Amino acid sequence: MKISKKSSAGSLESSDLMVYLEPMDTIKVEAVSSVSTSQHQKEIEALVKKELKKAGISGAYVKVQDNGALNLTIKARLKTAISRGIE
Amino acid sequence: MKNKLGVKLPDHIDGIGKILPYKGPFARVRGLKKEGLTTTGVKMRASLPGKKKVFKDLKKVIELSGLKDGGTISFHHHLRNGDFLLMNVMKVIDEMGFKDLTLFPSSLTSAHQGIVDYVRKGVVKKIYTSGLRGELGKFISKGNMEIPVVIRSHGGRARAIKSGDVKIDVAFIGAPSSDREGNLNGVRGPSACGSLGYAMVDAEYADCVVAVTDHLVDYPNTPISIPQYQVDYIVLTDKLGNPDKIGSGSTRLTTNPVDHIIAEKAAKLIFNSGYFGNGMTFQTGAGGASLAVAKYVADIMEAKGVVGSYAIGGISSYIVDIYKRGLFKKMFDVQSFDKGVVSSLLNNEDHLEISADFYANPFNSGAIINNLDVVVLAAYEIDTDFNVNVLVDSHGYAQGASGGHSDTSAAAKLTVIVAPSFRARIPTLVDRVNTIITPGETVDILVTERGIAVNPKRKDLLENFKGKGLNIIDICDLKKKVDKITLKPRMVEFGDKICGLIEYRDGTIIDTIDQVIE
Repeated sequence: MKISKKSSAGSLESSDLMVYLEPMDTIKVEAVSSVSTSQHQKEIEALVKKELKKAGISGAYVKVQDNGALNLTIKARLKTAISRGIE
Repeated sequence: MKNKLGVKLPDHIDGIGKILPYKGPFARVRGLKKEGLTTTGVKMRASLPGKKKVFKDLKKVIELSGLKDGGTISFHHHLRNGDFLLMNVMKVIDEMGFKDLTLFPSSLTSAHQGIVDYVRKGVVKKIYTSGLRGELGKFISKGNMEIPVVIRSHGGRARAIKSGDVKIDVAFIGAPSSDREGNLNGVRGPSACGSLGYAMVDAEYADCVVAVTDHLVDYPNTPISIPQYQVDYIVLTDKLGNPDKIGSGSTRLTTNPVDHIIAEKAAKLIFNSGYFGNGMTFQTGAGGASLAVAKYVADIMEAKGVVGSYAIGGISSYIVDIYKRGLFKKMFDVQSFDKGVVSSLLNNEDHLEISADFYANPFNSGAIINNLDVVVLAAYEIDTDFNVNVLVDSHGYAQGASGGHSDTSAAAKLTVIVAPSFRARIPTLVDRVNTIITPGETVDILVTERGIAVNPKRKDLLENFKGKGLNIIDICDLKKKVDKITLKPRMVEFGDKICGLIEYRDGTIIDTIDQVIE
């Protein structure tokens, strides 16, 4: 399954994040975080890739703007964005 | 040398002088008699009958004040984010060409970021304050000042003035109302801010007192918070400040559910602590979970038919409402936290304005907080020794204020810290706080949404809490629990330069603000 249209979920409040999805043939994930290190940004990217795989998504361009969200928040926002991005 | 908490300190700093290391919350108080200190004299002034005090030109008054290069000027921050006076005075002082001044406000807020320019120009050489915020805090934490900033608590500032550690040459007092002789109060006029508690100390001990007002009233102006015999000049201005920006909404009750969970737990602890009952005395902060604790404590008081003695501190409208429910007999007010408090202070004889000396000075014959039963305070960071940081943020920048934190926690019988266990995935609970404002030996309980930790030295409290259904765990275990879901905080790289000294309320140095390397 691939993302077929642009979608997003989340907010830029503290402890939350914005997830933006765009159609793409393969998987590409870019995360930036206002509160933590580049190490953590890589961790977010890995988490997102894992969740995409679980959801059976093989094509998506994912951008994450993190404001200190917990992992469960990241998963929930991503899930919502995926549901909005597939026909 | 090292102080009692292991902080490395030099013996002497140029521009500051001899450094006294912190030796414990009451070590110097106990030994003060031996030191044999006396309060220093204030320059005698004499006044002929009929002397004219009111001027329109601030520049003229600064000339008459006798201010010289290298002098010390003081301000007070009751108008908080709405203060215009400090920056207006600094503009004139800069135009007059003064250099190397010591700026000594009771605190600095977001209204005072422009000070950075005056430091760069050499107008200001030293800053002594309680708080630092915004660009100014970053500027200082990056090491841009030659002489370290000195951070004092509100009680510590009163002590420093009274003991002569800081000699004020000219005190500028924002007076929401004044008469032609200089009887001042903060409860009348378009810029009314309520209590003038911090300025009262400056008025008593400065060599020259300049009141600036936008509301000159017929003689005599009452109530008299600062009397005419302490005021040398009165300057008229268009607008002293914007009182709508005193509170900036902070005194409305939080809607954050985590804050409410913490507050409810804290109230339950206070109820079971052994200090709850008729005649109890109480202080709480104005923001977030701290103010919410006041709500839950008040509800329990009402349900149990308990009436407290006094509430103290910065007084907010919310505390006034609790008083109106008949739950406290008196309110002591050193600083009014929102515009809504002003009419209570003016019209209510149980609402009493007090000076910072009366409030929290450790070096007098008894500050009001010495009778405080319970204080509820916030924390940016708290460590496993219960030391608290309320000044330096997770990036290492000074972005907060000492305030009455260390004063009240030392004096109160029960000190409760309320804080979420993490904010934006940055843990509040750490191995060692970045900068100690309040020593852990004066802190009794930490309440977070994920558990409550009691300082192990308070065995009596642990006994009282047994079997009460309170989730009390060891602070190290609580930290481990929180660490599992949070991130390792960004490691801030610090340089060797000391950018600031944290002076404990008794004048000893408890910690430093270190230089952030970017």
